[in-house]
Amino acid sequence: MSTPTTGHRSRRHLVALLATVAIAAGACGGGASPSAGPVTLHALFMKQAAYSDADVKAMTDAFTAANPNITVVPEYVGYDALHDKIVTDQVGGSGLYDIVLMDAIWPAEFVKAGIVTDITDKIPADFKSGVFDSAWTAAAYQGKYYGVPWINDTKFFFFNKKMLADAGITAPPTTWDAVVTAAKAIKAKGIVQYPLVGSWKQAEAIICDWTQLAGVMGGASFVDDKGNATFNTGGGLAALKFMKQLLDDGLMNPASLGFSEDDVNSTVAAGQAAMALNWTYGYAVMNDAKQSKVAGQVDVVGSPGEGRVATSGVNGGMSLAITKNSKHPAEALKYALWLASQKSQEMDTTLAFPMWKASFDSADITKANPAFFAAAKVQFAGLVARPVVPYYTKLSNALQVAIQTALQGKATPEQALNDVAAKLPDLQK
Amino acid sequence: MSGLARARLARARASPWPETWVAAAFIAPAALVILLVVVIPLGRAAWMSVFDISLVRPGNEPFVGLRNYIEQLTSGDFWAATARALFFTVVSTALELGFGLALALLMSQPLRFQWFLRAIIILPWALPTIVNALMWRWIDNAEYGALNALLTQLGLLHEYKVWLSNSDIAMWMVIVADVWKMTPLVAILLFAALQSVDRELIEVARVDGASGLQAFRRIVLPLIMPVVLIVLVLRTMEAFKVFDIIWIMTGGGPANATQTVAIYAYQTAYQGYDFGRGAALGYIIALVIMVLAAVYLRLLGRTGR
Amino acid sequence: MPSPPVAVLRHRRPPPAVRVRRLARAAFLYAGMIVALVVVLAPFAWLLISSVAEPVDLLERPLRWIPAHISLNRFVDLTVGSTPDDSALGFRAAFLNSTIIASTVTLVSMVVGTLAAYAFARLRFPGRSWLVLAFMATYMLPPIALILPLYQIMSSLHLRDTPFALIIIYSSFVTPFVIWIMRGYIESISPDLDDAARVDGCSRLGALWRVVVPVAAPGLLSTALLAFLMAWDEFLYALIITQTNASKTLPIAINDFIGRHGVDFGLLATGGVIAALPPVLIAFIFQRYIVAGLTAGSVKG
Repeated sequence: MSTPTTGHRSRRHLVALLATVAIAAGACGGGASPSAGPVTLHALFMKQAAYSDADVKAMTDAFTAANPNITVVPEYVGYDALHDKIVTDQVGGSGLYDIVLMDAIWPAEFVKAGIVTDITDKIPADFKSGVFDSAWTAAAYQGKYYGVPWINDTKFFFFNKKMLADAGITAPPTTWDAVVTAAKAIKAKGIVQYPLVGSWKQAEAIICDWTQLAGVMGGASFVDDKGNATFNTGGGLAALKFMKQLLDDGLMNPASLGFSEDDVNSTVAAGQAAMALNWTYGYAVMNDAKQSKVAGQVDVVGSPGEGRVATSGVNGGMSLAITKNSKHPAEALKYALWLASQKSQEMDTTLAFPMWKASFDSADITKANPAFFAAAKVQFAGLVARPVVPYYTKLSNALQVAIQTALQGKATPEQALNDVAAKLPDLQK
Repeated sequence: MSGLARARLARARASPWPETWVAAAFIAPAALVILLVVVIPLGRAAWMSVFDISLVRPGNEPFVGLRNYIEQLTSGDFWAATARALFFTVVSTALELGFGLALALLMSQPLRFQWFLRAIIILPWALPTIVNALMWRWIDNAEYGALNALLTQLGLLHEYKVWLSNSDIAMWMVIVADVWKMTPLVAILLFAALQSVDRELIEVARVDGASGLQAFRRIVLPLIMPVVLIVLVLRTMEAFKVFDIIWIMTGGGPANATQTVAIYAYQTAYQGYDFGRGAALGYIIALVIMVLAAVYLRLLGRTGR
Repeated sequence: MPSPPVAVLRHRRPPPAVRVRRLARAAFLYAGMIVALVVVLAPFAWLLISSVAEPVDLLERPLRWIPAHISLNRFVDLTVGSTPDDSALGFRAAFLNSTIIASTVTLVSMVVGTLAAYAFARLRFPGRSWLVLAFMATYMLPPIALILPLYQIMSSLHLRDTPFALIIIYSSFVTPFVIWIMRGYIESISPDLDDAARVDGCSRLGALWRVVVPVAAPGLLSTALLAFLMAWDEFLYALIITQTNASKTLPIAINDFIGRHGVDFGLLATGGVIAALPPVLIAFIFQRYIVAGLTAGSVKG
């Protein structure tokens, strides 16, 4: 090894000095300033409903093109695995993920467990005013925001126009009573064995449907301010009874008790059902000629009402939360804001609606499906939230079992819900 | 052996190291692995089980003594899960033994193509548990499954039936999947046992006028009984701690219809984030298994090892 | 004509009643065999068919058993190509992880286990019999009792998402199994062989390596095969410990597949077939050894 010349040595000293200054400058900038070197972000998304991984890839590629020093490593899991994966990763785990997709029902639990950071102050003003309020509700807990809203979704009512027409129904039903009448007519004509299908598997999916029904059948605030159960009376009980009645009358496909939202899509797409509730993305899937036998026959309207309540929609919004363990919260927030920007969201509006009010007023965007956009605008104005409590997951698990038990006839709806109400103090611990 | 050889042998055997030290050296690596992965965690689990630990309530973990254990042992949910595990164990073990014995007897008959049967019988057992669960989940699918298709096409079923999302039937479908995979193992072990029975004993009995059935009951069965018992205990142990196949096929549902005690323990720990209770449950299950294991080892000793 | 000798009498055609009974018995047995073969092979056949059938055919009602279109696309996608969401990459990574982990575990536990088995078989020392039982007990411990503390320990050692963690954990229950079986095999080899080697100047270890191992080779192979299959099949520990493609094993990849491709039955079937190939092929080809090992392990101890 040759010894460095004097010139080399002094240059090396200079480089070292400059490096030290750079590092010091970076360090002095405070936690919010981005680091000088390359940053890798780990992001956890779900592969189910709303934006597809292809969509996310497109948005992410645009981001990394504009921010070459940031690499994003996305990971996808099914919705049912998402919650557990986040908790086991962040709490007592290795804390791999910088940014996670957070469902509307988790902020309370995640904040209590110290998983997500408060980003109320870091959100640009145009975000606050430009995005639908319902999307913000999905990311909020006790007045603060813990995620950048990204998906604003609710369940719409999909129906096969041809099947309805064949049964003599020309206008889509706007109340659940009308839905039952239509279903009976379709079944009587022998058009399809089970006119209705639902994602009623023992998972959060069934709570979504139940909540949406309860919203028009008496109210869906399941736990009052004092922590007492109200789901076993009023809207919750009525909704459960209604669901049971649909099964008993042979109008709802009994296999629904094992169906996810994807299964609902494929059942309608296979021409095995006439009507169903599903998230926005159902429209694209059911009308996709490559996978649907009834492409072009499926139309959508807002969720049916009942009595004096015109419509209801469960708030299925999801936001991008920055984890407390993240080593690059600033970059992660940048990425989240990029994904949530109006530009990114308008890249593909077939699987998820943009959550920007401006998009709904833009003829360019809404021309893809004006009726759907109009219906969505109405629904987004009044979404129903599931209880925002830290013990929600435990409550939901108990309710899922109870609802399935009642629907299988193993207990009456009253008994099943009362059992959970009795257990509520335990769950709240 | 000559005196010289004996002397050399004695010299060779008299190593400078005491036999115990040599044994320790040979056993040490194994002991180390097991110490790290079993003994230490067992201790830690015992420690965790006497605290109230909830992952989402970090920093607040009071000591609760035996509360977790008592709570579980007096909990309706725990006993329901145990009852389900017992149901699964009894039914699947009985079916596996019954079908396994029948298969083993079939395999020992002089039939054409016997070589083929004996060759492929191992395949279901070889299929990874997860793939087996996946396969049966697909077969039992309510809308597109082969089971529904077969039964309706054969005219045995009027319309497609819901198998796995039906609380009453779900456990049976899981049992079917497990029995399909495990019966070959029982059949193979019993077949080996049958092969070791001296043919002459049976011949003699037949000549003396015994029917096939009588020969089987009086001669063969008692001779293979030790193996039958051992297989029984082994399968019972395995069946009681069943997790994988149920987790993939039904996840414990529908409405907890297939929630056995192992699934219950997992859900308590990982979905309820209750590590204290989860650890206690793990210990309770381990205790039951260890009792069965003791029975197994006793039986083994008695079969003249 | 003189009556034929007794021996010839015995070989005359048996009376019709007996012949009918024998025929019925044979028919019954052959029918049983056919039933057994169908029951054993049909599910496999269906899995295979599902993996090559076009999605359109699988969702057909009423179901057609022989699909109208066959396509090996999914096999190609999973093995060398890609699926839209990179799950094929994850699948292949899991396949590699499983292979590495199962092979390493087999190697480690065979070496460590055979050493210990030799000690148990040949050497005399206090506490020998209860130590064997203690080892066996660890093999029989249900994973559910250990997953919690192991999860915490691995987390704090930052080993959670590494194949190393699983290798250690799997070795912990495969090693006692190896000890159990190999002890039986070694005990069945006469100690005279050892003595002969030691007389010639070998140490205990040398005797083991030069003499006992070659003689016990079939037993070693059986045990190694069973160890490999055990490690390949494990699910619960992998579920807790693994996180990303860096350490996921094949059973976990299949589990993920179900979550992510729930309605793509063809893809699930394809993944299942690929994941099943190694153990099924191994079991089929090395049947004799595996059966010998199983019998030695469970029944003879």
